[in-house]
Amino acid sequence: MKKLSARRRHPLAALVVLLFALAATGGLYAALAPAPKAQADDSAQSLAITQGKKLYSVGCATCHGTSGQGSTDGPSLVGVGSAAVDFQVGTGRMPAQQPGAQIPKKKNIYTQAQIDQLAAYIASLGPGPVVPTKDQYSPAGADAAKGGELFRTNCSQCHNFVGRGGALTDGKFAPSLKGVDPKHVYEAMQTGPQNMPSFPDTTMPQDAKADIIAYLHEVDSSSSPNPGGFTLGTIGPVSEGLFAWVFGLGAMIAIAVWMAARTSKAKKS
Amino acid sequence: MSTTTESPSRRQATHPGERIAEWTDGRLGLYKLAKSNLRKIFPDHWSFMLGEVCLYSFVILILTGVYLTLFFHPSMSEVVYHGPYAPLQGVRMSDAYASTMHISFEVRGGLLVRQIHHWAALIFIAGMIVHMMRVFFTGGFRKPREINWLFGWTLLFLGMFTGFTGYSLPDDLLSGTGVRFMEGAILSTPLIGTYLSMFLFGGEFPGHDFVSRFYSVHILLLPGLMAGLLTAHLILIFYHKHTQFPGAGKTEKNVVGTPLLPIYTAKAGGFFFLVFGVISAIAAMVTINPIWTMGPYRPDQVSTGAQPDWYMGFSEGLIRVMPGWEIRAWGHTLVLGVFIPLMIFPLVLMAIAVYPFVESWITGDKREHHILDRPRNRPVRTGFGVAWLTLYFVLLIGGGNDIWATHFHLSINAITWFVRIGFFVLPVLTYWITKRICLGLQRRDRDKVLHGRETGIIKRLPHGEFIEVHEPLSQQQLHVLTAHAQPRPIDLGPEFDENGVARKTSPVAKLQARMSRNFYGENSAIPKPTAEEFEEITAGHGHH
Ligand code: HEC
Ligand code: HEC
Ligand code: HEM
Repeated sequence: MKKLSARRRHPLAALVVLLFALAATGGLYAALAPAPKAQADDSAQSLAITQGKKLYSVGCATCHGTSGQGSTDGPSLVGVGSAAVDFQVGTGRMPAQQPGAQIPKKKNIYTQAQIDQLAAYIASLGPGPVVPTKDQYSPAGADAAKGGELFRTNCSQCHNFVGRGGALTDGKFAPSLKGVDPKHVYEAMQTGPQNMPSFPDTTMPQDAKADIIAYLHEVDSSSSPNPGGFTLGTIGPVSEGLFAWVFGLGAMIAIAVWMAARTSKAKKS
Repeated sequence: MSTTTESPSRRQATHPGERIAEWTDGRLGLYKLAKSNLRKIFPDHWSFMLGEVCLYSFVILILTGVYLTLFFHPSMSEVVYHGPYAPLQGVRMSDAYASTMHISFEVRGGLLVRQIHHWAALIFIAGMIVHMMRVFFTGGFRKPREINWLFGWTLLFLGMFTGFTGYSLPDDLLSGTGVRFMEGAILSTPLIGTYLSMFLFGGEFPGHDFVSRFYSVHILLLPGLMAGLLTAHLILIFYHKHTQFPGAGKTEKNVVGTPLLPIYTAKAGGFFFLVFGVISAIAAMVTINPIWTMGPYRPDQVSTGAQPDWYMGFSEGLIRVMPGWEIRAWGHTLVLGVFIPLMIFPLVLMAIAVYPFVESWITGDKREHHILDRPRNRPVRTGFGVAWLTLYFVLLIGGGNDIWATHFHLSINAITWFVRIGFFVLPVLTYWITKRICLGLQRRDRDKVLHGRETGIIKRLPHGEFIEVHEPLSQQQLHVLTAHAQPRPIDLGPEFDENGVARKTSPVAKLQARMSRNFYGENSAIPKPTAEEFEEITAGHGHH
């Protein structure tokens, strides 16, 4: 160390240190810098954004403004996040067509790749809820019973006990949740489309969302059991009452008519 | 052989069945009872079997209800669910709900019996409504059957509440919402509302008492009352004998039909099994009240589409379409939006209950009637019945406004306004239309009597004219079309007596006369063909 300290003030010392420092940073960079793949991602991301912008200006700009700032025909999309786009376009609500009480679901006209591009573009306008990953929305391992309680507390007042939908004012309605992609259920909770309130992670944590999805999967999918037979829509006593009148009492009257007719014939003969 | 020596006059009973009959007759006087009753005649018409539909559904309700009581726990104590139904695993619930889950998923035949019980209840009350309307439209409620009409009506009223209390027992989210609804209605009663609610629920809603209280009412009090009334209803039918439709050979003094034994009894027994069979088939195939999808009741939860069973639907409709009016004064709130419907609810039912008395007052008709009316011959009564049904069904639509909205893509607000306006307008409209239709039918009957039945056969006469051949009616048919009486409205007599002094008529008498004119006046009846008219036309050469 003595030798080193003695040469500390050597005129070339600074140069040596500089060389060392350069080597170190270079080495560190080589070790820690993102792989070339990441660089490609980066450019893919910006490519997606430019692609998305193109799709956007064709399909969406008329209503949402040339750069998503909004117009009289559609709200601003700054900060709605990729989840909102994935939900709205993925369920076919967007691009909207004619005005009405509520923008309805239609057949989705974009591929998932195009939706991702649109989502990337909108997400680049401002931070917002991000499209969930599969393990976030997968019902596997979630607690359906807890999800049921959460659903009855937060959702059934609009969507019915098992998500069969219900009416809101002036022709608006909460749709049936049967057959809705778990990803879209998750995104609906994140973003709160149209007249639905949003349930951000602060009020409804990710696990709780997965629980709700698990509950819906148990009670409202094609695999849910119906121990009682035909369900009449699981929409409550109205359909049951209608059935009792039409088929129950209808059958009774038919039988009564049949029996009364039997005797008069027997009497005549 | 001591019996033979004691009653030597009697032939010795040899067959064991005969011996049993002898034994009971000696103690209960069965033979005499049977002789007078078993030959009772019961007329044949499908609409006379509607009462039986009610009777058999009631029997089915009792049978299945007893089975359910074996497993149901009327208790509000909290338990944690650990049964086979996964989506409720570990959820806290009342014992009442848990035991209903147990019946549905673990008790052998439990779910089937639950579903039979519930479907039978819906069909029972629907049957009562249709049976009541049969009696109404045919005038079966007239003297001497007014009391029986009231018995029947009370059965309907009690039936509704038996249904409501039963529906509330499982303590699921749907029925809990219904009980909450009822509590809200009770609370809206001025002055005593809060006390009444506290008394009923044994404290704050929902409390720990209501399921056990509803249970006693549902399985003991109301069915007991109903069984008693039902027996009285049947005894009175026996005592009065059944009415019959007009027809040849049927008079106010006889009953034409099949004797109670053996034909009628055999048919009734068969009918019981058919009713039981239909209800069981429905229950085996179609879900009713799937409480597992609803979860246990918690006052902080609610679902859309929360309706009562259909027979309470008209009260739901009243509340749903009533504007939310309130009066606030002196620190109190009078919730008219709930209180007014609460008051209209019994009025809707009372309107039909008191009708027989109103009608006999209006018409001044105090005679006995055993021959039924054809509805067309009493246009005002028929019109009133249709108006009442219209009101009832309009309110039912109001009770399901959200379901109609989602399933027919309508606005719930538009439906609510339809019901609000329809409540006042539609009964008047249907009354008027029904009366017109009745008069039209009377006119057609008159034409048929005078000109015969249109055969659809076209005949060409020698001089080239085409005519339709009319076939004269048979004697029986003529009788049916002309048997009804056409009473005159009440006549108050001249306004001045022979001395020119104005006679005093009370305003009540005037009202009665006016309503009687409405009931029997020329605007409500097409005069029947008189014998002379008939003679004249039929004596001539046929058709005109
Ligand atoms: C006909 C006009 C119209 C077109 C075209 C249209 N939108 Fe919309 N969009 C609307 C309206 C209106 C709303 C607001 C709906 C509401 O909340 O009631 C909306 C809402 C949205 C939302 C939800 C905003 C939020 O606050 O969560 C997203 C995301 C969206 N649009 C994306 C798109 C995309 C992407 C396209 C193109 C594929 C598109 N829209 C095309 C009219 C349109
Ligand atoms: C205030 C009533 C309301 C509540 C509470 C509510 N929603 Fe919704 N929900 C709506 C409405 C209205 C829509 C339709 C929105 C649209 O079409 O853009 C909707 C749409 C949805 C969709 C999309 C369905 C489809 O067909 O694409 C899902 C999924 C959803 N809700 C799930 C939920 C869940 C889960 C909850 C509870 C955490 C919930 N909602 C709570 C009113 C509600
Ligand atoms: C528990 C429910 C009821 C049962 C089991 C029942 C049973 C019956 C039966 C078996 C008959 C004879 C057959 C027939 O005419 O259909 C009858 C007749 C009658 N019922 Fe009911 N009924 C019930 C409810 C009602 C109701 C709700 C009313 C009206 C408010 C009513 C009024 C009458 C009257 C007036 C008769 C005599 C009809 C006549 O002789 O023409 N009943 N009932």
